[in-house]
Amino acid sequence: MSTMGNDPRLVSEQSGNLLQRWWQRARPADLGSLPIVVGLLVIWLVFQRADNMFLSPLNLTNLMAQISALGTIAVGAVLVLLLGEVDLSAGAVSGLCAAIMAVLNVEHGVPGPIAVLAGLLAGLAVGLFQGFWVTRFKIPSFIVTLAGQIAWVGALLAVLGETGTVNLRDNFIIGLAGTFLKRDVHNGELYSWIVGILFIAIFAASFIWERQRRRSAGLQFASVGGLIIQIAVVAVLVIGMLLITNADRGLPSAMVFFIVVLVLFDFITKRTIFGRHIYAVGGNAEAARRASINVTFVRILVFGLASTLAAFGGILAASRLLAVNQGAGASDLLLDVIASAVIGGTSLFGGRGTVWSALLGALVIGSISNGMDLLALPSPIKFMITGGVLLAAVTIEAISRQRRETAGR
Amino acid sequence: MPESSSRVPILELRGVSKRFGAVQALSNVNFDAYAGEVVGLVGDNGAGKSTLIKCVAGIHPADDGEIWFEGRKVHIQNPKDAADLGIQTVYQDLALCDNLDVVGNLYLGREQTNRLPLDEVTMEKRSLEVLHNLSVSIPSVRTIIASLSGGQRQSVAIARAAMWNSKLVILDEPTAALGVLQSKQVLKLIRNLREQGLAVIVISHNLADIFEAVDRISILYLGRNNGVFDVHGTSQEQIVAAITGAEFGNNNREAQSQGRKGGLSR
Repeated sequence: MSTMGNDPRLVSEQSGNLLQRWWQRARPADLGSLPIVVGLLVIWLVFQRADNMFLSPLNLTNLMAQISALGTIAVGAVLVLLLGEVDLSAGAVSGLCAAIMAVLNVEHGVPGPIAVLAGLLAGLAVGLFQGFWVTRFKIPSFIVTLAGQIAWVGALLAVLGETGTVNLRDNFIIGLAGTFLKRDVHNGELYSWIVGILFIAIFAASFIWERQRRRSAGLQFASVGGLIIQIAVVAVLVIGMLLITNADRGLPSAMVFFIVVLVLFDFITKRTIFGRHIYAVGGNAEAARRASINVTFVRILVFGLASTLAAFGGILAASRLLAVNQGAGASDLLLDVIASAVIGGTSLFGGRGTVWSALLGALVIGSISNGMDLLALPSPIKFMITGGVLLAAVTIEAISRQRRETAGR
Repeated sequence: MPESSSRVPILELRGVSKRFGAVQALSNVNFDAYAGEVVGLVGDNGAGKSTLIKCVAGIHPADDGEIWFEGRKVHIQNPKDAADLGIQTVYQDLALCDNLDVVGNLYLGREQTNRLPLDEVTMEKRSLEVLHNLSVSIPSVRTIIASLSGGQRQSVAIARAAMWNSKLVILDEPTAALGVLQSKQVLKLIRNLREQGLAVIVISHNLADIFEAVDRISILYLGRNNGVFDVHGTSQEQIVAAITGAEFGNNNREAQSQGRKGGLSR
């Protein structure tokens, strides 16, 4: 590896111990997630001091069940933000698709799995349509999806019809989000441990395999210490989550779906050509176009995926609440979704962020909401505090962006 | 040019004209470039330099005239035609994605996979080789472009243009935005491209840079040829005179009449 030895201002990457090197590497680009992790821990400690039920297994398991739908929709919001676009229709689409599923199942007797599939496909169709409209007529996605948010709420009311509420009874649909592995599934705790250990093993194997490939190709590879730290972080998170949830009713199934969505879309965005092209279009659409990337295809497909995830999140929410009502697409859901993606560290300007910011952001938003419900605080205070946290998070993002830009010169 | 006259030029333009509405941007321009040679394309603002390279790059197809590439007559109608021939252009905006790392940019639109997942190991290895062969110094190929200096960015853009079986690389003002040291780096890179057997066309306003990196200078004046000079044995004053269209000594006329059809501006 050639370094520019003749410029004393350049800090060599090789100097310092493991921690310093990590810090040098992480500082310009990845500061995004560190402050918010610290912020989340602060929020947890504050609520725990106010009410020592907050960090109990019961409440943390509830929290996971609560954030899964929001987080799933936020993954879609992250994808769109990575393009440098925004999807304001996510809230309404989630409500509409849940309503389509509910009405098909309850009023037309369509079997649960097929009704769910129909809801997801409706989401996909809505998203592809909006993406087409944005790219074909070159209208800002802000406007197209704003029109969508309004129109799909209308469609939601039309689908729900006179009564305005559809109660769900289908076991498949209710079970989607309403299952707790330890309580509802025979040997559920055992399964959760098997899957958890398998999960850690797959992560560890892929880290080690990657390191081995880099090593045999003569490239820089992670030190054994770095490798152990990476694997340990994953292991601690997985084992911690299972210990907490299994001390209560077990892992909520909605959280399982959310984790699957996170891992799947992490793979898509970071490890596939399509994902690389999402970042490229968000970073510099003109450069992507000149590199013969089909920018229009990437944009339309991302809008399609985002609305499909919104539909899935809406279905999970309906499954948890056992009903779809007229408030299902309410605008504060949309605000929480965008806020989650941004608080988690995804840039509004495109090209920067990861799907994990949906998890972090949903945890922050969900924790504030959950904690204040626990303290029985009135909703005016809830809204104001959530707004303050959003402002603080984007301010941190803006400052770290400025630092990154000055660091580049 | 004795050494190049015996060979077939890799690119030869014969009587190229281009008109935009009432403006005759290029009239009857001749131009050639050889493998293993750096040609400077020089002229004042509005002389037609950018239009000429856009004809070659396929952005504005020429109205009239012939383009020959490797001894064959070709029709370049769009950027893809140019790319298929092995012509790559680096514009002043560089067209890099600031948020991607060096490897991601070198392989932009040409990503390699290991079945489904991206093959980062192969891409990184090849990127290191390419940058090493061109003697480009980058702290790490995993640095994002936003963290690189202007010269490093320019170098990455040039390396990308050169690495995909390219035969002709066109550089639009490669040193315009750079400091002295960074310009030196980029000029060295241009000479490295020549040593690798590529043909390079450099558009520049900076005569000092031109004289440092270029073998031959082709001058445009108001959309017409205004002389071709070998940098050896030509003074900057002669070039300035040709750029500004001022009357000058015999040297200029001689160069113009040497085997160039038309193109006299006076």
